[in-house]
Amino acid sequence: MTAVIEVQELHKRYGDKVAVDDVSFRVDEGEIFGILGSNGAGKTTTVECVEGLRRADRGTIRVFGLDPVRDRAELTQRLGVQLQGAHLPEKLRVGEALDLYRSFYRRPADPADLMAALGLDGIRDTRFGKLSGGQQQRLSIALALIGNPRVAVLDELTTGLDPRARRETWRLIEDVRASGVTILLVTHFMDEAERLCDRVAVIDAGRVVAVDTPAALTKRAAADLGVERATLEDAFVALTGETTDVH
Amino acid sequence: MSTDALRRLTATEFTLFLRDKVGPIFGVLFPTALLCVFGNLDFFTDPANGIDGQPLLYTYTPILVGFVIAMLALNSLPPTLASYREQGVLRRLRTTPVGPAQVLGAQFAICLGTALVSVVLLLAVARLAFDVPLPRQPLAFTLSAVLAALALIGVAVLVAAVTPTAKAANAIGSVLFYVMMFFAGLWLPIEAMPPVLRHVSEATPLGAAVQALSDSTAGHWPPAWRLLLLAGYVVGTGSLGVRLFRWE
Repeated sequence: MTAVIEVQELHKRYGDKVAVDDVSFRVDEGEIFGILGSNGAGKTTTVECVEGLRRADRGTIRVFGLDPVRDRAELTQRLGVQLQGAHLPEKLRVGEALDLYRSFYRRPADPADLMAALGLDGIRDTRFGKLSGGQQQRLSIALALIGNPRVAVLDELTTGLDPRARRETWRLIEDVRASGVTILLVTHFMDEAERLCDRVAVIDAGRVVAVDTPAALTKRAAADLGVERATLEDAFVALTGETTDVH
Repeated sequence: MSTDALRRLTATEFTLFLRDKVGPIFGVLFPTALLCVFGNLDFFTDPANGIDGQPLLYTYTPILVGFVIAMLALNSLPPTLASYREQGVLRRLRTTPVGPAQVLGAQFAICLGTALVSVVLLLAVARLAFDVPLPRQPLAFTLSAVLAALALIGVAVLVAAVTPTAKAANAIGSVLFYVMMFFAGLWLPIEAMPPVLRHVSEATPLGAAVQALSDSTAGHWPPAWRLLLLAGYVVGTGSLGVRLFRWE
């Protein structure tokens, strides 16, 4: 397998606060790789370094062999990003946003296909400020994919979506992966990770405490807890429990 | 980055600028409407009330040119830039091949372009409807107007850089607008100010700009120091603003 993303010994601090304290992992081509962690564990900082939004204090990051900060121009052509929260002018319409972002890329996707896939057809002329949280979320996923990226970083993919929209989004992500796109998924929803991810890295207090398949993690948790079946949530709580208890 | 992306970005920003209405109404329609109000008042058109035997309307035309520039740069630009930072629009663009700097470039182009249209409209209406002579030194007039616009865009970036929210940027921009318009002579023409006020006025960017515009309207080049002062404001506010401005 070829590595698409390689993160080695990443460190990042803000003033006195250590946000990321030695994180390493690799994401192989065609994988859906999850980064799991509680709020404030360092997930978002880690992916922001991968996206080139932040400069690492120490460590190396390579995406397709590119340095996210130094090779920004080339990286942004191949890396699609969905950030947490809203990021468009309020009066920009859905269709205009897609047409605008489409023009940024060398080989963009077809906006009509994306709008159909994400259920944005009926709100083409709606302004961003008038969209519901779920609609904004779906638009931001569409914008992450409009450049036809080879790898997509999705941060809190289904936050704010209702159960039906969540399931539809999961199916879409599986379709995107089936078309050969590698996906780095940041989440604190364990059911989402269990359903979508081939492998996950569990981050706790800025450190990687486990990297494995969800199945292997749940199997180990079941053995440790002495029960027949454990969920990924059980595994997550067991892996991150010790440091949480200390606080 | 492709020119298609830049064109699309500028066109989109222009659409948003029109949709926002503040710039088109207060930066384009309002100054010319104000000119029409003044032009229909005897007080402004009777040479007996004027300065140096000219109707007051002649004196006010360059002041309204300054008004156009200040309105577009101080009331429209800072809240837009600050809200783009506040809402993460600039941050989102950092993850695309088009960086956030291009959006600022598009905003400046829109501000300059709109100012040009608005000033041409103002001078045309002044000339055709109210017989106000066109600037007799067009080159000096254009240079003065461009320097003034760039200086105030620099101030706008500075305001957007030091204010955390769009609301704060809007408030500070408005206050600066009124202060600068006072020194530009909107309420009391510079020629009618007492000496101390006049000296202060000549040192402010918009006061210096209106003086330079009046000089070139009357047919002579503004003194070199005035243009250098304006150029100094362009460089000073521009470089400080760019240094202090944060994408997030």
